[in-house]
Amino acid sequence: MQPIPIIGVLALQGDYESHARALEQVNAQPKMVRTAAELEKVDGLIIPGGESTTFLKLLEREGLFAPLEKFACTRPTFGTCAGCILLAKRVTHPEQESLGVLDATVERNAYGRQIDSQIVTEETSLPGGPLEMVFIRAPRLTHVGSGVEVLASRDGFPVLVRQKNILAATFHPELSHAKSPSQSGSPDDLERNPDRRVHQYFAQMVRDASQALENSKSAQESLPVQTTVTNRQ
Amino acid sequence: MANHQNNGNANPESGHGLRLKVGLAEMLKGGVIMDVINAEQAEIAEKAGAVAVMALERVPAQIRAEGGVARMASPAIIKEIMAAVSIPVMAKCRIGHFAEAQVLQELGVDFIDESEVLTPADELHHVNKHDFKTPFVCGARDLGEALRRIAEGAAMIRTKGEAGTGDVVHAVKHLRQIVKDMRQLTVMSEEELFAAAKDHRAPYELIRMVAKAGKLPVPNFSAGGIATPADAALVRQLGAEAVFVGSGIFMSDSTHLASIEEATSRARAIVRATTFFDDPKVLAETSAECTGAMKGLAVAAMDTASLMQTRGW
Repeated sequence: MQPIPIIGVLALQGDYESHARALEQVNAQPKMVRTAAELEKVDGLIIPGGESTTFLKLLEREGLFAPLEKFACTRPTFGTCAGCILLAKRVTHPEQESLGVLDATVERNAYGRQIDSQIVTEETSLPGGPLEMVFIRAPRLTHVGSGVEVLASRDGFPVLVRQKNILAATFHPELSHAKSPSQSGSPDDLERNPDRRVHQYFAQMVRDASQALENSKSAQESLPVQTTVTNRQ
Repeated sequence: MANHQNNGNANPESGHGLRLKVGLAEMLKGGVIMDVINAEQAEIAEKAGAVAVMALERVPAQIRAEGGVARMASPAIIKEIMAAVSIPVMAKCRIGHFAEAQVLQELGVDFIDESEVLTPADELHHVNKHDFKTPFVCGARDLGEALRRIAEGAAMIRTKGEAGTGDVVHAVKHLRQIVKDMRQLTVMSEEELFAAAKDHRAPYELIRMVAKAGKLPVPNFSAGGIATPADAALVRQLGAEAVFVGSGIFMSDSTHLASIEEATSRARAIVRATTFFDDPKVLAETSAECTGAMKGLAVAAMDTASLMQTRGW
């Protein structure tokens, strides 16, 4: 049996608790990350939804920007909404700094204000059929590089993408529901039937990466001479 | 009353509506929402790391000092602030004033605060918040009040505290009350829950949900008198999921603005303290970074007629 991966959730601000709950539901162990020391103890990381400007200020003030950039270069990292903005190489509307690890251009608040927020159901290449997607003051990936795999789109724009160890969604998979018979508008709806396929997919990315890291370590140990080969692709 | 079922809105709430409204509130968790009265203050707030700003004509301390009828801010000010920042913009309407709420929704504000800080427009009814696409936040002093607002469609609850005083004592009182009320529900039998619904004057269905989850079905923030980084950390440790700071950042007393440097240092320090609310080392640093705090008014020395928290029912 594969070990349970420890997946960090960047907990400076935002809906980190929703992500932690989602991770528990896919048999991963969530761990809140607010410092560089905490970041070193996790196998993968989720950068949640929230305000990307707030994330940036706190990352800079806490000296967490460089360690996070380094982590995201090699380890499985998943950004949703604000997290996706942080991962993208170029940010527009307005322009702002980012970790720049995903070869993509992202436009902030591209669909408008809160009143334009929407829940839609779109096709995805993840198994299990169409996926419900919650877009809240969402950004839009206006361009992605050729090395970026598109896992789902909305109106012709990618909304769920993967580039090697990076996964990014412009919507909130932590809030996705499976098809539910009633949407009564009662607060009961908030906790009904979560759809955890995206978190499941990311947890598998983390398990695979940890396995590859183990394999390369044991391969190195068995070699008679020291090598400088790293695990980087 | 007959006509106010739909408030003229084309899109009364669907099941999706509530999830989108609460969804935005979820994204604001762990953050600081700051009161601002112009574009310059809004930019300072955004640069300091605020997750949202509340667009106002006067902050609560000024409203308290100047008196008169306090109403929704003028659309010109709200638009100026919306144009200045990329973070969500909230604005306040008077309790029960659904026409002001319609105006705010039309302007495109991201959250409406049906607020006791403004002069109430209706002595019996709050706005029917289900009728709006824009999410609402409402103040509460105890669990029953919080659940009545949620039943009306609020997507976020905040403690009322006592706005514009810089005295955190009633934010603490209200938060402790709500947390205690919720904890008591979690150990009650079915029969006791029916009785609790009556005692709290709240819908049984919501009482049952809180009993099961141990928390409100919508995010629970704190407001009203928070003025220092340690105040923010205090309410966070008591269970508030995010913090509203009103007069405490930009005012030095109830009529004078703080300097820009002072306001910036307070805003940055309170943002940091809200994130690292349980780390005394960071709290000591942020408290040292922060220059001065508003002079404030002690709530205990105020007469009951000047309290804002008793507005709303």
